[in-house]
Amino acid sequence: MDLLAQYVMNGVMLGLMYALVALGFTLFFGVLNVIQFAHGDVLTAGAFAGLAGYAVAVHAGVEAALPQLLTVALAATLSMALLGAVLGRALVLPLKGAPALNVLLATLMGGTALRECIRLFYPGGSQPQRFPALLPSASWSLGRFTVRLDNLLMLATGVGLILGLSLVLQRTRLGLAIRAVAQDEETARTMGIDFRRVVLLTFAVGSALAAFAGVMNGLYYNEVNFGSGLLLGVIGFSAAVLGGLGNLSGALLGGFLFAGLQTLGAVAMPFASAYKDVFAFGMVILLLAWRPTGLIGERLGERV
Amino acid sequence: MNPRVVALPLRLTLLVLLLALPAGAKEVVKLAFIGPLTGGNSAIGLGGRNSADLAVKLRNADPAARYQYELVVLDDECKPDTGVQVATKAAADRSIIAGVTHYCSVVAMATVDTFHRLALPTVVWGAVLPDITYSHSYKEIHRVNGTMVNQNETAARLMLKQGYRRWVVIHDTTDYGKGHNKYFTQFVTAGGGQILGTFGVTADQQDFTAELTQAKALNPEVIFFGGLTPIGVRIRAQMDKLGVNAQFQGTSGIVSDDFIKGLGPLAEGVVAFREGAPAEKLPGGKFFLEKYAEQKYSNPPEAYGPFAFAAASLLMDTIEKVGPDRKKVLAALGEVKGKDSIVGAITFDDHGQNTVAAITAYVVQDGKWLVWEDSEYAAGKRRLKGR
Repeated sequence: MDLLAQYVMNGVMLGLMYALVALGFTLFFGVLNVIQFAHGDVLTAGAFAGLAGYAVAVHAGVEAALPQLLTVALAATLSMALLGAVLGRALVLPLKGAPALNVLLATLMGGTALRECIRLFYPGGSQPQRFPALLPSASWSLGRFTVRLDNLLMLATGVGLILGLSLVLQRTRLGLAIRAVAQDEETARTMGIDFRRVVLLTFAVGSALAAFAGVMNGLYYNEVNFGSGLLLGVIGFSAAVLGGLGNLSGALLGGFLFAGLQTLGAVAMPFASAYKDVFAFGMVILLLAWRPTGLIGERLGERV
Repeated sequence: MNPRVVALPLRLTLLVLLLALPAGAKEVVKLAFIGPLTGGNSAIGLGGRNSADLAVKLRNADPAARYQYELVVLDDECKPDTGVQVATKAAADRSIIAGVTHYCSVVAMATVDTFHRLALPTVVWGAVLPDITYSHSYKEIHRVNGTMVNQNETAARLMLKQGYRRWVVIHDTTDYGKGHNKYFTQFVTAGGGQILGTFGVTADQQDFTAELTQAKALNPEVIFFGGLTPIGVRIRAQMDKLGVNAQFQGTSGIVSDDFIKGLGPLAEGVVAFREGAPAEKLPGGKFFLEKYAEQKYSNPPEAYGPFAFAAASLLMDTIEKVGPDRKKVLAALGEVKGKDSIVGAITFDDHGQNTVAAITAYVVQDGKWLVWEDSEYAAGKRRLKGR
């Protein structure tokens, strides 16, 4: 029982990270019908930006963990929001009339360039970097189940962020504009919505989410490397597709489901955990064969 | 213009040039050096290249040498496909008599057939996979450094001596990780230890919480990890997150400064084993380090530099004896026994493997890899987990 609780806890943490990445994919697809494949590498860049922010804070003599943490979070999210907007402006908008495949390729290459830049230009970037533990490390054990305060804090912040995003989309003028563009670009334009501004803001918000996931990933594993975002990007994308691209609840469902499948793959197949990704991705293929438009198709949910 | 008219003065010039050479000019003999000069393993590759280069320079400065040597340096990028390309290039060039080859096991494994087919005598200077010498009976492949067979024998012996009996093995599913799992399991169970569980993981895996939760339930005394630094860092860090309070034991793949940098204080007390010994502890280590320092190379020799030096020296000694002829060099290498070198005496068995291979145990103490015997852990001042 205690062991089961531990697996669930591990799975929930993974699921939250996947869901945050999947949300970005789904947002981008919602407004522009494009797949922004540099998203995973934006996550990595966010983690490294946070790490650089930490180095600056330490250099400036900031010693308390809380201001350090704030610096890390701000450095990561703000710089990635900017980078996201730049990527949207430079790689996605110019290709708007072109086949969707071109955007996918352009961003895939942009992501590779970004990843290689981190590896080459971040000091010691080709080796794993230690990410500081900035959250309180208290933990409680119940038999073989250990729950840590830092994990709970991350979980709470992540859930808060997702709720906040959904509030912004449902309740604010920006959210209304994003939803309008998602529904029908032409009509939204004639209603006086600044299309480019909305698209770039969406890219900024989605990329800031990825940066947050990157920092969370760093705090959770206490380690980041230039390749962190590669698999996370693929998994986040699969989760978004599995849930139904363009659907917020679908992204959440897909993220947690994928994490559940991975954990199940590692646990249910004794001593064959090398195959857990094979198992999880295989299940995704089966599920997609069963529901080609994702588990929550666009018909059912409201499109972003 | 008639090409012959042009050619004649050219020939004359060449003739004059040849005559003008000093009477005692030596014949130039080429050796190939192959290693990872770019990418994640380039530090070790460059150290090996410099060390082989040093051996050649010292030989060329020796007036008693019969030949003038030239080192042809090739980059295998630690990738099998690139490795096969450069190996073919070196082996197909008949002016190259022998090669000092490879640090990465996957690459060394991939090029074995190439060297055999094109009949180039080679001496491996850093790759540790046993199969590189033992999976075939090709006469072209030799190796001066020890293998993971020797490494795990020593590892099992030392850890059993500390009183540990129960292990969980986590290994990456490359040949490197699988080999370590196989040999460590073999030696530790033969010595009375018990393997409670074995987990294969992918070489770029990020999350190990599922594996470690299972491992924790098995309650081992030691987590044995067969793999390289990046995931070694992750597993050690996540053990702490999940409260897995076992000793962490690694293989040669984690003995690097990056492992300590990646973990900080969590690296303390981690034990690992590696073929060879620190340069200063080798029989000819002092001589090697002095000469190396004189050349002012921009990179240190790293762990396998002395082996590259020994391999290059061995090849040049052989060529001095039998002449620059691949067949004769090959025959002579087959008979190397008790040959003196800076890494100790070299004796090749019938597979071309050096049988006298030193293995060194390391432990992290205060942010540094220390040789086990020199550490406070061996002296009893500090204790490994659970001791």
